[in-house]
Amino acid sequence: MTVAATPLRILIGKVGLDGHDRGVKLVARALRDAGIEIIYTGLHQSPEQIVTTAIQEDVQAIGLSIHSGAHNSLFLRILGLLREQGAGDIVLFGGGIIPDEDVPRLKAAGVQRLFRPATPMHDIVEFVNGLRTER
Amino acid sequence: MNERKSRFTSLSGLDIERCYGPDHLKGWSAEQDLGQPGAFPYTRGCYPGMYRNRLWTMRQFAGFGSADDTNRRFKYLLDHGQTGLSVAFDLPTLMGLDSDDLLARGEVGYCGVAISSLSDMERLFDGIPLDQVTTSMTINGPAAVLFAMYLAVAEKRGIPFDRLGGTIQNDILKEYIAQKEWLFPPEPHLALIVDTIAYCAAHVPKWHPISISGYHIREAGSTAVQELAFTLYNGLTYVEAAVKSGLEVDAFAPQLSFFFNVHNDFFEEIAKFRAARRLWAREMERQYHPRNPRSLQLRCHAQTAGCSLTAQQPMNNVVRTTLQALAAVLGGTQSLHTNSMDETLALPTEEAVKLALRTQQIIAAESETVNTVDPLGGSYFVETLTNRLEEGALELFRKLDGLGGMVSAIERGYPQREILDASQRYQREIERQERSIVGVTTHREEDARSIPILKIGPEVEQEQVARLSDLKKSRDPFKMAGSLEELQEMASCHQNLMPPLIEAVKAKATLGEICAALKEVYGTYREPVVL
Repeated sequence: MTVAATPLRILIGKVGLDGHDRGVKLVARALRDAGIEIIYTGLHQSPEQIVTTAIQEDVQAIGLSIHSGAHNSLFLRILGLLREQGAGDIVLFGGGIIPDEDVPRLKAAGVQRLFRPATPMHDIVEFVNGLRTER
Repeated sequence: MNERKSRFTSLSGLDIERCYGPDHLKGWSAEQDLGQPGAFPYTRGCYPGMYRNRLWTMRQFAGFGSADDTNRRFKYLLDHGQTGLSVAFDLPTLMGLDSDDLLARGEVGYCGVAISSLSDMERLFDGIPLDQVTTSMTINGPAAVLFAMYLAVAEKRGIPFDRLGGTIQNDILKEYIAQKEWLFPPEPHLALIVDTIAYCAAHVPKWHPISISGYHIREAGSTAVQELAFTLYNGLTYVEAAVKSGLEVDAFAPQLSFFFNVHNDFFEEIAKFRAARRLWAREMERQYHPRNPRSLQLRCHAQTAGCSLTAQQPMNNVVRTTLQALAAVLGGTQSLHTNSMDETLALPTEEAVKLALRTQQIIAAESETVNTVDPLGGSYFVETLTNRLEEGALELFRKLDGLGGMVSAIERGYPQREILDASQRYQREIERQERSIVGVTTHREEDARSIPILKIGPEVEQEQVARLSDLKKSRDPFKMAGSLEELQEMASCHQNLMPPLIEAVKAKATLGEICAALKEVYGTYREPVVL
């Protein structure tokens, strides 16, 4: 079996209460256009809902957008839930309004990648495509 | 000579020609399309003298942490010359949830101030004279509840309702379209909004019960034409609902207000304000024939475009905001919020928000742009743009009519999809380098210096949760439950809900409890997913 044949399924969503979905929808469209299968959760998802959907849908990665300032607690709760439910192999990445100074702590906790505002779309597509070969 | 580009376009994609002259205004009439300031069709402004009589209200949107934190920020802003207050609520409050709700965990006090009860509202306005300062509250889903709390605070202080001035945003249609902080399905929610409109018409005459908002539609990625069209069409939808409920148009239309974005395209934005006033006056006249001229006037607040700010080289944002603010002033806004340079990173610090306020004060005091009304009126270019924005909006009005109105269009995802497509077009233009953003796509710096940002600590949530627990112990549980039953009964039989809401907040029912009680009657909204 070749690596390139591995189908990629990614959960893209919004966690927490913020409704800023302009960026996440553009990311979802760009990934879909790049041939990646996208499960889009919609808005206002709790960490529990995100993790349940990710496991049910058997995704390789979860990409979350957070503009509420609650990224520290939300990402950490999701990482905790993934580990608790034996799904620690699901890659977690994200973007939104995340100050640079919060990034090292979130990465150390296990968030694989955090995209800054104004990241070119192809950087995100390239990152997600890179997940194929890692598995 | 070769031009720099093969095609010049406005930020919204309108083709822009090399030069404009009389040929572009064939069929345009200064009498019909421009008129005098303060007279139909109000293209030049709502008032004859505009800023010669009174400057715009400088109103910085503020809110973070606890009610006490935000109260201190309000006093700081008033001490520095701000002329009106504007409350930003946190996300749990915007969603009608209490600070101790499971879904609120980690978000209390982050995007605004946490208000779960009448006691929070009292602390928010402690020491602020509600009969002298006007207050705008950016609240939509649970707007009627927060308004009831504000009224209850005034009542406790012995301030008659007819001396209260301010605004609740209360625009649920644009929540479904763009900002996405909703509670109930559209039909019952429209009825609740009509309740607030009717209540203000009867009891709070200086209050704006709704601020029909294009701001968030634009932030979600729309063009200027879409912002204009969807906002005004939403406005007409509210007017229709109020008239259908039996209100006379002149009883409430003078109290309606609007809220627009001011984006980067200087002339297009000025034209948008002018087109908005003209289109509103014409549509109101055509559809409702009001007798009071104030029913035809579109009065608005404006905010510079948050989505135009960059996290990279944040000080550049001061310059962007200055240009946008100037466009709003030349467009004739009644009040203005200027964004702070650090708002792509977090809520603004005191220093940053003071600089943003100073930006408005410098335009008002030093630029001499305020000396004459509608200084760009009669410009071939600006009048052409004004015409094109109005025509573009009318075209979208016809599409919305064809879809059976805004509620049905929203249920089919039409405005949501149009905005998403526009935002994708813009994104692609940036990526193809057809548009530049200084500091992001050009003139990048790898190690640009960072600026200080405001931090909210976890103690805000812990203290809020503790206060709620104390509140629940201190109240009469039977009185509280009775007030909620009364509210549900009134909701079931379509009575005006403002009086029972005021009773419920006075009985110390919390925001979350009241919204949960109403959800039992009205149901909840589920979004049609548009991707």
